[in-house]
Amino acid sequence: MTQQTIILPTPATPIAPPAPGRKFSPAKLLLTPSVAMLGLWMIVPLVMTLYFSVIRYNLLSPDQTGFVGLDNYRYLLEDPAFWPSIGHTLVLIVSVLLISVVGGTLMAVLFDQKFPGRGIARLFVIAPFFVMPTVGALIWKNMILHPVYGLWSHLFRLVGLEPIDWLADYPLWSIIVMVAWQWTPFAFLILLTSLQSLDQEQREAAQLDGAGPVRIFIHITLPHLKRAIAVVVMIESIFLLSIFAEIFTATAGGPGTETTNLPYLVYSIGLQQFDIGIASAGGVIAVILANIVSIFLVRMLAKNLRGEYDQ
Amino acid sequence: MTTANMRQIGVGILGWGVALVMFLPILIIGVTAFKTEQDAYALSLIFTPTLDSFREVFERSHYSTFVYNSMAVSIISTLLSLVIAVPAAYSMAFFPNRKTQKLLLWMLSTKMMPAVGVLIPIYLLAKNTGLLDSVPGLIIVYTLMNLPIAVWMAFTYFNEVPKEILEAARIDGANAWQEIWHLLLPTTLPGLSSTALLLIILSWNEAFWSLNLSSVNAAPLTVFIASYSNPEGLFWAKLSAASFLAVAPIMAVGWVAQKQLVRGMTFGAVK
Amino acid sequence: MKRKTLLSTLATALFATVGLASAASTVTIASINNPDMIELQKLSKQFETANPDIKLRWVVLEEGVLRQRVTTDIATNSGQFDLMTIGAYEAPIWAKRGWLSPLDMPASYDLDDVIKAVRDGLSYEGKLYAVPFYAESSMTYYRKDLFDAKGLKMPAQPTWNDVAGFAEKLTDKAKGTYGICLRGRAGWGENMALVTTMANTNGGRWFDEKWKPTLDTPEWKKAVTQYVDLLNKYGPPGASANGFNENLVLFGGGKCAMWVDATVAAGMLYDGKESKVADKVAFAPAPIASTPKGAHWLWMWSLAIPKSSKSQDAAKKFAAWATSKEYIQLVAKDKGWASAPSGTRKSTYASPEYQKAAPFASFVLNSIETANPTDPTLQKVPYIGVQFATIPEFQSIGTVVGQTIAGALTGKTTIDAALKTAQAQAERAMKQGGYLK
Repeated sequence: MTQQTIILPTPATPIAPPAPGRKFSPAKLLLTPSVAMLGLWMIVPLVMTLYFSVIRYNLLSPDQTGFVGLDNYRYLLEDPAFWPSIGHTLVLIVSVLLISVVGGTLMAVLFDQKFPGRGIARLFVIAPFFVMPTVGALIWKNMILHPVYGLWSHLFRLVGLEPIDWLADYPLWSIIVMVAWQWTPFAFLILLTSLQSLDQEQREAAQLDGAGPVRIFIHITLPHLKRAIAVVVMIESIFLLSIFAEIFTATAGGPGTETTNLPYLVYSIGLQQFDIGIASAGGVIAVILANIVSIFLVRMLAKNLRGEYDQ
Repeated sequence: MTTANMRQIGVGILGWGVALVMFLPILIIGVTAFKTEQDAYALSLIFTPTLDSFREVFERSHYSTFVYNSMAVSIISTLLSLVIAVPAAYSMAFFPNRKTQKLLLWMLSTKMMPAVGVLIPIYLLAKNTGLLDSVPGLIIVYTLMNLPIAVWMAFTYFNEVPKEILEAARIDGANAWQEIWHLLLPTTLPGLSSTALLLIILSWNEAFWSLNLSSVNAAPLTVFIASYSNPEGLFWAKLSAASFLAVAPIMAVGWVAQKQLVRGMTFGAVK
Repeated sequence: MKRKTLLSTLATALFATVGLASAASTVTIASINNPDMIELQKLSKQFETANPDIKLRWVVLEEGVLRQRVTTDIATNSGQFDLMTIGAYEAPIWAKRGWLSPLDMPASYDLDDVIKAVRDGLSYEGKLYAVPFYAESSMTYYRKDLFDAKGLKMPAQPTWNDVAGFAEKLTDKAKGTYGICLRGRAGWGENMALVTTMANTNGGRWFDEKWKPTLDTPEWKKAVTQYVDLLNKYGPPGASANGFNENLVLFGGGKCAMWVDATVAAGMLYDGKESKVADKVAFAPAPIASTPKGAHWLWMWSLAIPKSSKSQDAAKKFAAWATSKEYIQLVAKDKGWASAPSGTRKSTYASPEYQKAAPFASFVLNSIETANPTDPTLQKVPYIGVQFATIPEFQSIGTVVGQTIAGALTGKTTIDAALKTAQAQAERAMKQGGYLK
């Protein structure tokens, strides 16, 4: 089998030229629909957003119009919530990635062992991934983290402690926990699949050599999971960059702007304050941020993977 | 008792512990849905089960319409995404060129654009094409939203197909269509069906576009939920019943298909 | 084969949409998911039976989503809704923009029966643009039993200092009883509604006569300091996440000794099915400080018809029915007089049955009638509205200021810093809006 990376197709091993009977090279033709549709999907709104970002456009004040240059960008950058929101976006991505990869790996190792009722237990573990983010956030906010009625506060009172007000005192962490609860099962699924393809003989051989479980994990399991972890990081980052529903439902970006990430800030400006101009400027900045993250991510992953093949 | 047995019991306790912790929030709505509003806030397991909340939810909303819309939108958009994505992935996997990598990255990057940033443009476009609050409108949006993931996943599965088999087929004179239909689809079917499942889950749970682009005709279950969250008065039991109804179908599908999902979730990561 | 089914499904979906849209006299109603509107949805079947040519379709959403949806719809002239639930803030602004159809109600509607303050709040340049479904002011709820147990007595007109004194004595955190519950969740219609009345009664205002924001004045500082102190010392945990509904649940569950909030809560608190304190709750006017002016707010949820609606007549017919005397009696018959839509019609308050079922009736009526949106504050202001200002920019300013004050409540920033940020943000928005140079 040719060594292909997950993310990067290697053009180095072209397969045989088309058979003589073939009338056309389908490559371009097959690609066209996807590229054209995504192109439109991306470019049309982007151009409109770029245009809106340099005009005065408030839904509630249609009489104020006209070109304003970079004013919208200036207003956005001066917004005291702006830089923190970028910070929150990044903290959110990194923390959820860490939790879901580490948690997912540990859970995958656990569920790779045989135990009674494993099949059903596995159903329970993956269940959070099927729950709508809004529903998940409502449960967490009202029934688990609520300082008076929530499950935690009941447990705390049971042992005589003053309940912690999670959403007020640790708002960003509360959001991170909610999001991680939804995405860890996803990481778990992929990592478990990968783990199950691990060569048993290799592991048994190591065991015979006297290697303990920890050493096996570090020297055999983890390297094997590297590629699966890269996939989890890649896919989750895409979704985590635009986390919105959990924040909207659980904290509305607050208290203050403690949990406002970039998508929520754009939402708040555009659809709570109805200033489409500034919100569009925020949209443009979000696109730039997304591209920076994706470049960074791909570099990191590609390097990581190439290392494996260069040996 | 042997150490192996002890070990298995230990692993079992740990595994079930983790499973219950993860499942607990869902269990809570499952239980609360059968409580009265007064009981719901007590968080106790001792209560008389009642179907009142479900009755009220059914009385207030046309649940079947919401489910129908959710199903129509997620299934059709998923099929469309796959129909468009598979040829593209095939092309990229087997006829790569210098631009392929960039193209794939670009496709994925379209998914990173926050929806909130482009809502107004899309809203205006939908309005001007008469697609606001229509099932086809939502299908188009979801298809495009899921397309990059579909292309990428299909691409990774195609990449796993040993090239030698294809070469052999070509020497036998198979054309591109035969190649896809008879060779690639069977070998990559587990992968593609898990892609389909993933896309259905993502579309089913998508709450931003559906809330903003639909009102009556096309409203899926996420809109249904929005009419039960944060009302005035006690609402946990009704909200739980509604959540239960919104989550149950997709969870049932997910559970039934979980073997499939697990087998297919390789993303080319199993080597 | 597969593709064929796909296409036919698509086609069916498309036709279904077109078919519904072209049906005559369909009224699509954007509605908020509070109990009064849900009751309306339930009883509206009777309207449909009486008017077989009109079909009602409901879009029921929570407040935040609803506001966003209807504003986007009306501002882009999309015409998805024929009848919208809007508040006292939107009505005059949207009317000024020419987005709403003026409502000339027939004589049988008896417009004079609608309370004047409410009618005025929904009019623009003398014309009515929305009909009130229910209206509310704010007042103080307290627990008679807890007050009696401590030998305390609520004065006829409490001050905020009185309230602070009571709260201190009534707080018993070990038992899970908190002296006072107040709105803490950020939002111009949430924490800012209450904080604005507190600032008003301390002699403050949002803007001076020249539209300069005045959030850095001593009046605001005094109000916000008292607000933050009250909640931090005697409030429930998680106060910064509590809006009207969370507090309703807390007070109804017996966790709060006092609560200053909307008058509509009275109907729910006196309802034994929903509230555990139905026989223990008592009420007083909203607390005051240095001036009674602007100490209690005025808000109404009302029905308005966008100009873009294609079923104007049918929509108007339903709006008239939903806000009529007959409808109020219908609710009274169905759920009891205590749950009847309140605050809109004098005839409701004149009804002996209502007075009997709702001991708070005359009191609420007085609060609503004395709230004066056209002269809300001690010092003169260029805007209309007690707890808001009817300019489009207010939405943005109120949102941001609400966030900073919620931040101060959780102690993330000091009150001084919060108000300074709030003032800077408000000035910025007013400059952008062209009010300030």
